[in-house]
Amino acid sequence: MRRLEALQAIYPELERRVVVTIMGAVAAELQSLGHRPGFFYLQHAMGIASSIGLGIALCRPELEVVVLDGDGSVLMNMGGLTTMGRYRPPNLTHVVFDNESLLSVGGFPTATSAGSDLAAVAAASGIPATERVSDVDAFADAFNRALASDRLTTIVAKVDAHYEAPARTKGFVTDLGLLENRFQFARHLRSLVEER
Amino acid sequence: MPVSVDSSRIVYDALKACGVELVSALPETWLVHLIRMADDDPEMILVRLAKEEEGVGLSAGAHFAGKRSAMLMQNHGFLASINGIVSGAQLFRIPLLMLVSDRGTFGEPDPWQTEGGLVTEHVLHALRIPFERLDTREQVAPRVAKAMTLAHASNRPAALLLGRDLMWEEGA
Ligand SMILES: Cc1ncc(C[n+]2csc(CCOP(=O)(O)OP(=O)(O)O)c2C)c(N)n1
Ligand SMILES: [Mg+2]
Repeated sequence: MRRLEALQAIYPELERRVVVTIMGAVAAELQSLGHRPGFFYLQHAMGIASSIGLGIALCRPELEVVVLDGDGSVLMNMGGLTTMGRYRPPNLTHVVFDNESLLSVGGFPTATSAGSDLAAVAAASGIPATERVSDVDAFADAFNRALASDRLTTIVAKVDAHYEAPARTKGFVTDLGLLENRFQFARHLRSLVEER
Repeated sequence: MPVSVDSSRIVYDALKACGVELVSALPETWLVHLIRMADDDPEMILVRLAKEEEGVGLSAGAHFAGKRSAMLMQNHGFLASINGIVSGAQLFRIPLLMLVSDRGTFGEPDPWQTEGGLVTEHVLHALRIPFERLDTREQVAPRVAKAMTLAHASNRPAALLLGRDLMWEEGA
């Protein structure tokens, strides 16, 4: 499946939630569908997007948090899966787009291309629900199930190692500044808290 | 084990007094009481980590969620967190209070701790992270509060080095 297609399929759900993504290609692809103040794109700090999502989910149980992760990023912070499995906040959904590749930096293959199975690693790390999907319908179903359930879910979505360059994006740099995004996101989360 | 319970309590109370609601930690000897205090405190979210760098993410998440946090680690954990600190907390301007037990200084009996002690302050300087030492009980409350104030005013990390004279009771 194409990752952009997968993102399109869940975009109406993402729009209403708190979303933390990894850097590079997936951040640019999600932005191409339409930025929302609840989307935070963790550029460059490889591995810890899932830790940020965990922190938000633990501190604000009333918020529904989605992390859009990558195979390379998970491999860099594999211990983080065990921390997520340990605290398993029910309001967190962890999507790993596994393109078997460090797509954003030239597409070099990762260990998942040689058989490392991140859904199995997640399950063995104590993540209470894990799914492995490779087409858009199955992905959307798994995502909706995860949102509806009260169990932390890691969905490993097998996607093509292909970046769909959105128009107006040079490389992966969009016209949304890193700090503009960061402060807007924090302000948005504060407004959600105040509404309650 | 002569890790000072009283000093640990003073440090813990100082964290509580400046509004810390989430603590991430990876244990080392000097931190055991502090971590137990966090664990025993029903109002504290304690996140036990697999690697200290995760704690930068936890603190960023807590900040976005509107809560104050602190990282508890030894200096080797600080060294293990550096990319998260630079690419996470500094690039994205996250207030990050780090309490770092400063092993490997004068009096260190463990040979394996001695390299970290030599480089910790230099690395903090190189990263332009403001820090102060906590060597006496009197220093704790005001310095923790001021570090927290600076971290939030600057939206950057600030560090406190927990010293041997504070944390270790010789002959106790
Ligand atoms: C510590 C560190 N090493 C290397 C990089 C360079 N880098 C940026 S994106 C990336 C690949 C991320 O891979 P993955 O999580 O699978 O996402 P994808 O690009 O495939 O969407 C790498 C290696 C980095 N940002 N940080
Ligand atoms: Mg990848």
